[in-house]
Amino acid sequence: MAGSTLEIKNLHVSIEDKEILKGVDLTIKGGEFHAVMGPNGTGKSTLASAIMGHPKYEITEGSVLLDGEDVLEMEVDERARAGLFLAMQYPSEISGVTTSDFLRSSMNARRGEGNEISLMNFIKEMDNVLDYLEIDKNMAQRYLNEGFSGGEKKRNEILQLMLLKPEIAILDEIDSGLDIDALKVVSKGINKLRDENFGCLIITHYQRLLNYITPDKVHVMMQGRVVKSGGPELAQRLESEGYEWIKEELGIEDETIEQNA
Amino acid sequence: MAKNMPEIEEYKYGFHDRDVSVFRSGKGLTREVVEEISKMKEEPQWMLDYRLKALEHFYERPMPQWGGDLSELNFDEIVYYVKPSERQGRTWDEVPDEIKQTFDKLGIPEAEQKYLAGVSAQYESEVVYHSLKEDLEELGIVFKDTDTALKENEELFKEYFGKVIPATDNKFAALNSAVWSGGSFIYVPKGVQTSTPLQAYFRINSENMGQFERTLIIVDEGASVHYVEGCTAPVYTTNSLHSAVVEIFVKKDAYCRYTTIQNWANNVYNLVTKRATCDANATMEWIDGNIGSKLTMKYPAVLLKGEGARGMTLSIALAGKGQLQDAGAKMHHLAPNTSSSIVSKSISKHGGKVSYRGLVHFGRKATGARSNIECDTLIMDNESTSDTIPYNEINNDNISLEHEAKVSKVSEEQLFYLMSRGLSEEEATEMIVMGFIEPFTKELPMEYAVEMNRLIKFEMEGSIG
Repeated sequence: MAGSTLEIKNLHVSIEDKEILKGVDLTIKGGEFHAVMGPNGTGKSTLASAIMGHPKYEITEGSVLLDGEDVLEMEVDERARAGLFLAMQYPSEISGVTTSDFLRSSMNARRGEGNEISLMNFIKEMDNVLDYLEIDKNMAQRYLNEGFSGGEKKRNEILQLMLLKPEIAILDEIDSGLDIDALKVVSKGINKLRDENFGCLIITHYQRLLNYITPDKVHVMMQGRVVKSGGPELAQRLESEGYEWIKEELGIEDETIEQNA
Repeated sequence: MAKNMPEIEEYKYGFHDRDVSVFRSGKGLTREVVEEISKMKEEPQWMLDYRLKALEHFYERPMPQWGGDLSELNFDEIVYYVKPSERQGRTWDEVPDEIKQTFDKLGIPEAEQKYLAGVSAQYESEVVYHSLKEDLEELGIVFKDTDTALKENEELFKEYFGKVIPATDNKFAALNSAVWSGGSFIYVPKGVQTSTPLQAYFRINSENMGQFERTLIIVDEGASVHYVEGCTAPVYTTNSLHSAVVEIFVKKDAYCRYTTIQNWANNVYNLVTKRATCDANATMEWIDGNIGSKLTMKYPAVLLKGEGARGMTLSIALAGKGQLQDAGAKMHHLAPNTSSSIVSKSISKHGGKVSYRGLVHFGRKATGARSNIECDTLIMDNESTSDTIPYNEINNDNISLEHEAKVSKVSEEQLFYLMSRGLSEEEATEMIVMGFIEPFTKELPMEYAVEMNRLIKFEMEGSIG
């Protein structure tokens, strides 16, 4: 079988008793790049965090399966070890822990006991990816995300992605706050992973990122649901015409969850 | 999630060997006990007089009513002197096997094989094994146990002993002055610099035995030394008392760093007086790690007496169930352009309590003096607490004082982030805690950093949920 399959079925998610996602259906297979687009406040980031298992989000209905396994039954770390990855919009800063120590621990957690990477191989692999992403090697010795610029944090997320080699990655607004050069580098990293064993869900507010990463499928979220799906041409149309035409087409007055609750 | 709380797990160094001691004073503290200690040690009359005077002061002095609860501490239940074997081991071969085995469990021989300059390992009250590498001897450095120093270096000893911490300083300094035994004595001659740290291990191994070691360090003009001590103690059901006194003299342009890791069993009262005095342009650094004990009250102090003198205290404290770490620092700015820095890192878990208690004093002459205080606390659960109690005394307008205090918890976001990369909740928590104390561990010699990380890991087990 080529790659893994992540199936999201009728997913309902609440925060503090307020329903954010109201039945999301999506299937991502190895080899496929999906883009989830939509205006602010429509539930895109909630979808990303809920799949990964952020404790703030409560799943009230629906299922998430990875190759048939119930992801919602797994702890966050088990999801990661099963092959899921979330590149975060706001990665946490961990003082006193070097990026390199963290990377090595994460890689070893994924590889499992008895199969740890040797220090030499780790350094070699890390250095290769650092070069590829045009990251200053000093970053490896800096404390994880502490004092990093927005661009450095995003590159660090892609660095982790490339080293951990998940089956399915979710990228939550990986393009926000990036200048054009950084955007190109980040895209280069993501594109390098493209093969039949790697599936990716790219959450973005802007079409800009999709100039560099061509999605196979594009989904539009409004009011906590996927309201429209299509090919890359859908992203093009959103870029030139905005979201109004979809709202008109579907008779949506306010696309956000806030007013709809 | 990991809920197997090892609350009643055996303390790691909780083994204790058959008691091989040759002499032990009975329980309780009387004039006769003090006389007996002094006689056993064949001390000069002046030291006996000093001890007896200190004992009088100890009797008169009331128990401190601040800090931790000392009401369960019963001075009559403590053995004040235990001599582990009749004579002192000069070489490793002469050290009794049973004692060696204890050291083995603590990893001391390996440690010595490495780059230790000299190991003076204190087993119970007296130093039984003490080696000093030849290169140190050649430099003229005196490094021996305090009892031997009193015999062999009496003039030097008398000149400094009790001069920065008088017997009347506090009740526990008085107690130590009356019954002290063992500890390290170091003299570094003018201009002599050593890069390898001098090290000593301490260990309490006898039930109800107080350990009252006395350390005296003199760093002469322009000299430099780093002294390291690590402590472990086994578990007993009744209360033990550790009450040390450490006096340090740092002369003009000299440098001294004193590193301690204390890992007392959770029934030990750890009541220690540590004080250094700095002449012009001298530097004193206390690196102080307090893990374990029932109650620790410890506030390493620096008297900045000479112009441009510098003092630093970098400490971590970890308190678990039923434990109180009341620790901090004292900086006395008594001369112009003196500077001090206090960094206190503390962790409380399982209902433990950590307090930072510190004093920064600026005297009238302290023009241009500066002090910087930073207190960070990490609270692991809702039952655990922390306090910050800073005292500032300012008698000069031209000084600068900065104080920053921060209390944090292991955040949900941080855990989520680390776990989303495959680390278990326990590994993620451990990583955050290790990161929190990293500013401390990076200051330790390599093998101590390793030991420290191991201890913290051990202590943090079961801290989740």
